[in-house]
Amino acid sequence: MLEIIQDYWLTFLIGQYPNGPLGGLAMTIIVAVLSILMSFPIAVAFAMARLSAFGWLRAASAGLVNLVRGIPLLMLIFWCYFVIPIMTGYAVSGFWTLVCALTIYEAAYLSEVIRAGMASVPKGQTEAARSLGGGYFLTMRGVILPQALFNVLPGITSQFISTIKETSLGYVIAVNELTFAANQVNNLLLTQPLQVFTILAAIYFILCFVLSRGLSRLETSIRRKRGLL
Amino acid sequence: MTQSVIVRFDKVNKWYGQHQVLHDVSLEVKKGEVVVVCGPSGSGKSTLIRTINALEPIGNGSLTLDGIAVHAKGTDLNKLRQSVGFVFQQFNLFPHMSVLDNVTFAPIRIQKRSRAEAETLARDLLARVGLAEKAGSFPGFLSGGQQQRVAIARALALQPPVILFDEPTSALDPEMVGEVLQVMKALARDGMTMICVTHEMGFAREVGDRVIFMDQGRVVVDTTPDLFFDAPDHPRVKRFLSDVRGEH
Repeated sequence: MLEIIQDYWLTFLIGQYPNGPLGGLAMTIIVAVLSILMSFPIAVAFAMARLSAFGWLRAASAGLVNLVRGIPLLMLIFWCYFVIPIMTGYAVSGFWTLVCALTIYEAAYLSEVIRAGMASVPKGQTEAARSLGGGYFLTMRGVILPQALFNVLPGITSQFISTIKETSLGYVIAVNELTFAANQVNNLLLTQPLQVFTILAAIYFILCFVLSRGLSRLETSIRRKRGLL
Repeated sequence: MTQSVIVRFDKVNKWYGQHQVLHDVSLEVKKGEVVVVCGPSGSGKSTLIRTINALEPIGNGSLTLDGIAVHAKGTDLNKLRQSVGFVFQQFNLFPHMSVLDNVTFAPIRIQKRSRAEAETLARDLLARVGLAEKAGSFPGFLSGGQQQRVAIARALALQPPVILFDEPTSALDPEMVGEVLQVMKALARDGMTMICVTHEMGFAREVGDRVIFMDQGRVVVDTTPDLFFDAPDHPRVKRFLSDVRGEH
């Protein structure tokens, strides 16, 4: 196994780059970070819509969230793969197809997590902000969301971890990411699939574990600073 | 002495479903007055002051703040609320902000004043409530009494002509009630217009100009503290006073 790492660590890390397209762990991280960055504002908007004073907005957002949550991610990826070119008229790369599908999928789940966080902020916080003359958006931005997002940081961490692991589904539409790289290595070696895929699993695990530990430390340090421990 | 009226209720009614919580409430509060609202729990006193800055809607009747109809369609509530401070029973400080940021929140983010100006004002206010040295702390490190004093400073930061107190000492441990009352008394002596829902009868007697007693959504008595405490003539008031004094 050490030998495989010695021989192919660069493939795991960056794919064929610079002699071919960027891939491997680097691509996995790029896809995950892009998807998280894009899904986050959408999720916040949907969470706000689901708690809105307007019934039609609540219903519409709930409908969309439930629709997306009711579809397997793999189906969504296939669907984006075929539908985006028809809708936009452009041939879209596997990379962007995957980012789009992950963004939609994660936004739906993340919005539920964030909604729970917003609902957990005491009503007095809204009243305090409004009593000072703060409007809806300032109250959200300045008072409710900072507390809500912080309260559900563990849930948000889980969604981020899911996103990282789900990038591996990019393999089915030939996105050059970590799983794809592992397969290439496997195809070269032919006889050691167990070892190759164990390395693959270890890389995913380390990445997710580091992220989750990092965020949980951040949470603890903020709690300590604010006197909430 | 002629004083201008700042808050005026005129036949205000309010219902929660079938239950009427405000019953033909008519009253006036003049500039500089300290009005104490008391009454048994469920009498509508919190609801009453929460309608003044429109945290609660009213059913019918009219309610004006400095001549502006609070519940009229088209009233800019965000602007109106900047001219009336509100202090909550549960303090409701923003736990994710330092004490200083709590106090400068409204001046900077709502009134768009410069940070330097807002911080100077905030430090003055914190000194006034005796917490100048806590500017950098987070609310989580403060006692209940300290939090409530910060909340008063926050309500004062917009320099409102009126400030409303909704049972400001009810959530406090007994030993912290005094420090909050002291701040409120100093405010009253400075001529601030205050409407306070409170059971602190000592406060009412010492700095109150008027006492309003409510029962079942009605203003039952509206009189001076002396008459209220020394010569109560309403049976409901007599019972209430003996209850809060613990005479049984």
